[in-house]
Amino acid sequence: MIPDLTLELILYSTALGLVSIGLAGLVLSRHSFRRVLALVIAEAGANLMLVLAGYRWDAVAPIVTTLGKQPQMVDPVPQAMVLTAIVIGVGIQALAVSILIRIHQRYHTLDRNEMAELMDAEIAATAGTARDVSQESPLGERPIPPITGSAVQARGGRS
Amino acid sequence: MGELEIWIALLLGLMMLSAAILVLLVKNHIAAVAAASVVSLGLALLFVLMRAPDVAMTEAAVGAGLSSLILALAVKRLGLWRIEGKITRSSLLATNTRREKDA
Repeated sequence: MIPDLTLELILYSTALGLVSIGLAGLVLSRHSFRRVLALVIAEAGANLMLVLAGYRWDAVAPIVTTLGKQPQMVDPVPQAMVLTAIVIGVGIQALAVSILIRIHQRYHTLDRNEMAELMDAEIAATAGTARDVSQESPLGERPIPPITGSAVQARGGRS
Repeated sequence: MGELEIWIALLLGLMMLSAAILVLLVKNHIAAVAAASVVSLGLALLFVLMRAPDVAMTEAAVGAGLSSLILALAVKRLGLWRIEGKITRSSLLATNTRREKDA
């Protein structure tokens, strides 16, 4: 048995791995439903880390069984908070999924960039203003000549 | 006792991490929801290991049961529910989502 491989080390690395995988999926995914799933995974990792904060290896479950002298218990306060967080997490999932269903009914796409484009166009049409072509375009004068439309399309962008 | 717990935690942790990576990589959305529920079930077992049986009960019922039900119904409602008959290696993972639209 490797002496450094304790239970808490394994559990902490699992929790950190789940949180980082969830955050990476939240940032990197393009499909919106997959981002909801990544949020679920990050929430699971956060719950694991919270329960782990009150864990002691030599303690019993926090249930009072005998009067008088009690054995050592794990901390019940993070467990109560995690109990609340699980239920709130399911509520957040339901809210996110309902928003996704409304977006799908209105725009018929779930791709992140296409959704942003369509929403920008609709906001500009409602406000009666000209929509900005690109959010990455510079505000002032261009120091270099602008890229032509065919070059933009060759790089994968929209003209 | 202690060593057995360490091995169980190692196994469950590896299972949960691989299922979490699979959620982000697999192309079929039903499989992604199933992998997310595998993560929740492993989390419930880890809660039992950490002497939190009430949290484990809630996680198994709400996190794995109700949440998977909500997500599966959402898959059906969003029109992503499709089951391929033949599975090849190229159709399994959504690695090049930039090229073709994310299925």
